[in-house]
Amino acid sequence: MEERSLHIVIVGHVDHGKSTLVGRLLYDTGSLAPEKYEEIKAASGGEGGSVEFAYVMDHLEEERKRGITIDVAHTFFQTAKRRYVIIDAPGHKEFLKNMITGSSQAEAALLLVDITQGVREQTRRHCCILGLLGIDQVAVLVNKMDVVNYSEEAFDSVKGDIESALSGVGVNPSYIIPVSAIKGDNVADRSPNLGWFKGPTVLEALDSFSSLGMEDKALRFPVQDIYDMDGTSVIVGRVESGSMHRGAEVCVFPEGRTARIREIRKFMADDIEEAATGECIGVCIEDGALRRGQVLTDGATPTRSGSIRANVFWMAGRAWHPEMELVWKGTTQEARARIERILKRFDPASIEVIEKDAEEILPAEVAEVEIRLEKEVVVDRFTEIPEMGRFVLEHLGEPVAGGIII
Amino acid sequence: MDHLTALENKSIFIIREAYYRFRNIAVLWSIGKDSTTLLWHCRKAFFGKIPFPVLHIDTGYKFPEIYRYRDRYAKEWGLDLIVARNEEKIRSGMGPDKGSKLECCTELKTNALKAAIARHGFKAILLGIRRDEHGIRAKERVFSPRDGDFKWNYEDQPAELWDNYKSTTHEEDHYRIHPILHMTELDVWNYVKREEIPIIELYSSKEGKRYRSIGCQPCCSPIESRARTVDEIIEELTTTKTSERAGRAQDKEDAYTMQKLRSLGYM
Ligand SMILES: Nc1nc2c(ncn2[C@@H]2O[C@H](COP(=O)(O)OP(=O)(O)OP(=O)(O)O)[C@@H](O)[C@H]2O)c(=O)[nH]1
Repeated sequence: MEERSLHIVIVGHVDHGKSTLVGRLLYDTGSLAPEKYEEIKAASGGEGGSVEFAYVMDHLEEERKRGITIDVAHTFFQTAKRRYVIIDAPGHKEFLKNMITGSSQAEAALLLVDITQGVREQTRRHCCILGLLGIDQVAVLVNKMDVVNYSEEAFDSVKGDIESALSGVGVNPSYIIPVSAIKGDNVADRSPNLGWFKGPTVLEALDSFSSLGMEDKALRFPVQDIYDMDGTSVIVGRVESGSMHRGAEVCVFPEGRTARIREIRKFMADDIEEAATGECIGVCIEDGALRRGQVLTDGATPTRSGSIRANVFWMAGRAWHPEMELVWKGTTQEARARIERILKRFDPASIEVIEKDAEEILPAEVAEVEIRLEKEVVVDRFTEIPEMGRFVLEHLGEPVAGGIII
Repeated sequence: MDHLTALENKSIFIIREAYYRFRNIAVLWSIGKDSTTLLWHCRKAFFGKIPFPVLHIDTGYKFPEIYRYRDRYAKEWGLDLIVARNEEKIRSGMGPDKGSKLECCTELKTNALKAAIARHGFKAILLGIRRDEHGIRAKERVFSPRDGDFKWNYEDQPAELWDNYKSTTHEEDHYRIHPILHMTELDVWNYVKREEIPIIELYSSKEGKRYRSIGCQPCCSPIESRARTVDEIIEELTTTKTSERAGRAQDKEDAYTMQKLRSLGYM
């Protein structure tokens, strides 16, 4: 079995069947405890009625009463190949921030499209978000095939729409699969009802995705905190990319001075020579004091700047206006910020550019902006080192937007 | 990086982030396998010396083994242990058989925690809950704000992108921090095995029964099991289908008991 688990987010328009699919997937792979199944059956309205598989994920009373997902839920299951973390996202525009929260953790996505409805507003919006977040492993599931008697013609006509809608936002689906989430056709098992379809089942599609590899990149070590351990100053943080070596000379950004790594520390481990990407460590350096927000680097130099160009997705319920005070947060760095210029803004549900040189950004819109920071920060382009190329904007302590550095 | 190391690093990052953001924090230790795993991560995060208190909520109904284990390791690991009890209610005889279980949990656990937070002015509490334990916990954030009345506003949780956590507080608020939210029950046992974390004997089978989840004695029932060692427990979990909290009374009363408890500030 593969070592790392793969995180998959389930997205799509309201009621297209996301939660039902997850429930079914768990049930058909034997990952649902029997008494949990009984609980869901009872909550679905007792004997005789059909089982509402969406209840596996929609656990809040409000969610079940309204028949919608409000917040993301994570669930776990595994195949012979690997472990999965499945993130069920809500489809309502109102809960977009929750959908983005879930998607920010994912490496691949399943997009549901109801065959009777085709591509809708949130189908487009969610695709656009996936594209911005760099999630390029996407399988589209054309759901509720049972309603159209598993018709190949119906599937073919929707398939064309999906392809053109997705290519508009730069998403190139790995598969487009006809399914019935409620009946389980093509979910875990190939279905005779869909014998004309030659592609994979949902489960096979998942297993064909790959975990994002750990490429050999330049070192980025943002300082998280400084601990005083019996008089020694220990700098703690996580290696966001590359690797850290004992004895190596590193650059301290944003200042740009150099320092030498004297020691790498971890509890209950002695004599550490190297720390790899993702490791939380402590380091002692030979010269000078450090503070949170500084970044230790080697090799390729990051961008050091007081101004950044980025795509931002506005998650707050209130629109952005020019007087709004913002705080920019990227890794452990933080700076007061202002959006200086909106180069263009668009509504991802339609993809048409609404306005160039705009003066506002409305809820759920995406904009290309120039952000001015009160001090210099250290960043990389998202396409080069994703960990250093993404950020959050807060207003009065509330996260209002996410951003990707271009 | 292997699976368990990746989970551990994620947890350590969160613990250090919480300590940086709030400084005045505490970790809740129920003595079970999850909170002991969390405590282990805290020891790793701070190179063996946890710089904040470890809080144990004592309902007076805990298993005797729990007290013995607690006092032994508190000493061995040099913990700054705080025991919180709702003395008034314990003395008045509050229990799961008097009134509802919901009321008992609220008084002896939630309100005891409330009082401890108020007394020590903690701005954040680290908790070892996991997403796979319960459908409601599957919806939690890593940094989860609670208002002065302890209410969890589950219908409008803050966005949480990548590892950027909302951390602003008002006077009365506090945060629940969930560093091991992403671990499953099996992950925890595999981790306990790898790290050789000492685990309370209640989890091991005695006369054909063992506890899979432990809390207060009257509200926990053991499961049929022959698993005595950690290896045998892992073996049992990979073949069993029943869920972990099947022996816990809070989860049974009705489908939404847990939601009600949690919205009032229960763990
Ligand atoms: N006939 C049929 N109905 C389905 C199928 N899948 C889902 N449904 C029904 O469609 C409705 C919506 O399903 P959900 O799974 O709640 O949809 P969702 O996409 O999770 O909804 P939100 O998260 O609120 O956006 C429910 O009544 C399901 O029973 C299917 O394959 N066939």
